[in-house]
Amino acid sequence: MSVQADPIALTDAASATVQPGGGSTGVRRKRRSLGLLRNRKALIGLIILAVFLVLAVIGPWIAPYDPNAVTRLSLEPPSAAHWLGTTNTGQDILSQLLVGTRGVMVVGLLAGILATFISVVVGVTAGFVGGLGDELLSLLSNVFLIIPALPLIIIVAALVPSAGGLTIALIIAATGWAWGSRVLRAQTLSLRKRDFVEAARANGEPMWRIIFFEIMPNLTAIIASGFIGTAIFAILSEVTLAFIGVTSISAWNWGTVLFWAQSSQALVLGAWWWFVPAGLCIAAVGTALTLINFGIDEFVNPRLRNTAASAGILRKKRIRARIGFTPVYRGAPSAAETRDALTTADALTPTDQEVGA
Amino acid sequence: MTITEPTITRTATTKKPVLEIRDLSVDYGYDDDAVHALKNVNLTLGAGEILGLAGESGCGKSTLAYAATRLLPPPGVITGGEVLFTSSRDGHGGDLLRMSDRELRAQRWRDTAIVFQGSMNSLNPVYKIGKQLMDGIRAHEKMPAHAMRARAADLLSMVGISKDRLDSYPHQLSGGMRQRVMIAMALALEPEVVIMDEPTTALDVVMQRQIVEQIMDLKRDLGFSVIFITHDVSLLLELADRIAIMYAGNIVEDAASSEVYHQPRHPYTAGLLHSFPPLHGPRRELGGIPGSPPDLMALPSGCNFHPRCPFAFDACPKIDPALGPTLYGDAEPHRSVACLLHDPAVGPGRLPDELAARPAG
Repeated sequence: MSVQADPIALTDAASATVQPGGGSTGVRRKRRSLGLLRNRKALIGLIILAVFLVLAVIGPWIAPYDPNAVTRLSLEPPSAAHWLGTTNTGQDILSQLLVGTRGVMVVGLLAGILATFISVVVGVTAGFVGGLGDELLSLLSNVFLIIPALPLIIIVAALVPSAGGLTIALIIAATGWAWGSRVLRAQTLSLRKRDFVEAARANGEPMWRIIFFEIMPNLTAIIASGFIGTAIFAILSEVTLAFIGVTSISAWNWGTVLFWAQSSQALVLGAWWWFVPAGLCIAAVGTALTLINFGIDEFVNPRLRNTAASAGILRKKRIRARIGFTPVYRGAPSAAETRDALTTADALTPTDQEVGA
Repeated sequence: MTITEPTITRTATTKKPVLEIRDLSVDYGYDDDAVHALKNVNLTLGAGEILGLAGESGCGKSTLAYAATRLLPPPGVITGGEVLFTSSRDGHGGDLLRMSDRELRAQRWRDTAIVFQGSMNSLNPVYKIGKQLMDGIRAHEKMPAHAMRARAADLLSMVGISKDRLDSYPHQLSGGMRQRVMIAMALALEPEVVIMDEPTTALDVVMQRQIVEQIMDLKRDLGFSVIFITHDVSLLLELADRIAIMYAGNIVEDAASSEVYHQPRHPYTAGLLHSFPPLHGPRRELGGIPGSPPDLMALPSGCNFHPRCPFAFDACPKIDPALGPTLYGDAEPHRSVACLLHDPAVGPGRLPDELAARPAG
């Protein structure tokens, strides 16, 4: 009996070692949950994005005017009544932007989610199964990789006159997943040969569990940044399409505002309030997503997380955490110690010469 | 075991120091709940000496070696002390902790080289080993290509690998050969200090033997000093001139290896020695050390070893002992120990029998 019990005990021990991050203290766990918020860049990005998401939800209700309502106040500069001025037909620009936020956000997030989903399924499967399946899936993603997205969208949108946000999002997702899929495939190829995956296989874990619980957590950073990249691409595509007038010019989004501004020669008329706010909104959303992207890698990588979480302390203490050149920190630089540091720096000079000699 | 006679002549302090570690402190983490992995560690490596660093896993052996070379990865940060390198050949050197990046990079490999733990994986699989050997030489010294190739061939034959292996890729060599290539590579620029971090851990005992003998031979021929990190104390007893035993980020005993073997003065050293069977001499009971190394986040008060120490007395939880002379003081001037049993002011004045073996002579 004891002979039989031994292998079981061994397997248990092995699976215990496979589980990543088993026993961490309460302090660590708290820091982990705050990780992304402690990163200043990511925090700024999240705040900006949150503002736009809230506007996407409540925008149509808080818009002070009907964005389509034509009035006699033609090309009014910003005033108390019209915070961002009016168009040449007297429409309120702030209302147009507020109403248009929802379309931009929905298309960006929807396309991002769809494209990320396809790229994960295709890329991870291709990388993990190998062989013929890999060949076929790689061929598929290569084909989609060379399809030029924007011209295709223009053609489809022209063929489907009622093409709304959903159609646009679907087309962007269908053309935008291939790059992420290739990156994920390459990373999966490298991961599936690692010891911890071998150990999982030796423990008898089923394939779906190895893919979703052993490999996927290692891909979080790539998946997340792929999502954000696709979302930025989708927003820019949608705005571009609206700007060149391919999609419906009556459905408001920031591109539609720019389309009307351009076709009414706002630039020539000097009506900067017509196109500058819409441009700034696009730039702000793009910046927010990029800032979040910066934070994600530090957040999901446990090795970087500690350093990332301490970014503020590092800045305050002026420690540069680098691999290969361990920082030396000799306490807070108070006035007296700064003087010490100066004198030691002087004392060091002869040593430097010795080194050179 | 070659150690049969307890000679106390091979001690370090008589030799010129090449690497002096003074009050080195290292934290993992940057804020108030950082782990203090090393606390004011002092260690001196003499010219031509093999210094062994031993202790259980997680006691700071590797941390000490990597901090002293500034190779500790984040979130490691050195919080104090100095690491003085002084060449025994021309006297150049300086404090590694105050060097600029450029000085440090120039100093690395030329003055101090490292053979990593499991370093057979440190070779880049896409380059031939000859190219990898010559790369380092090229970076530090100017010499024509054929001279460099001849030097690389010399290095290989020095570690017992035929020189036609220069054109092999790493995967064409066995693990032991790759390890020897790494040792050859570390010696390429004739460094004065070679740090070996468990270089034989992944190898079988026959290969271990070969590598250890190779290191001894090379050391005799080239005259470098070695810091040898391992948890295999029996290997150290044979290889090292001097052994520093570490526990919870402190050095608890620092003595010649024959003294460590025959006359351990610290209870922890005695425990380590009782964790493996002696190869000859009377059979002794394998005691081991009860418990496990302490959590560095929550160290016991006073002497960090006292909860596991069979000889702990009432002062142990209160006073943290510093590394100092043994109770026999002047009779053994070249060894030090951090234990309150050896403090005449606090301790009971006489040592337990196990720690009281007198030096012969």
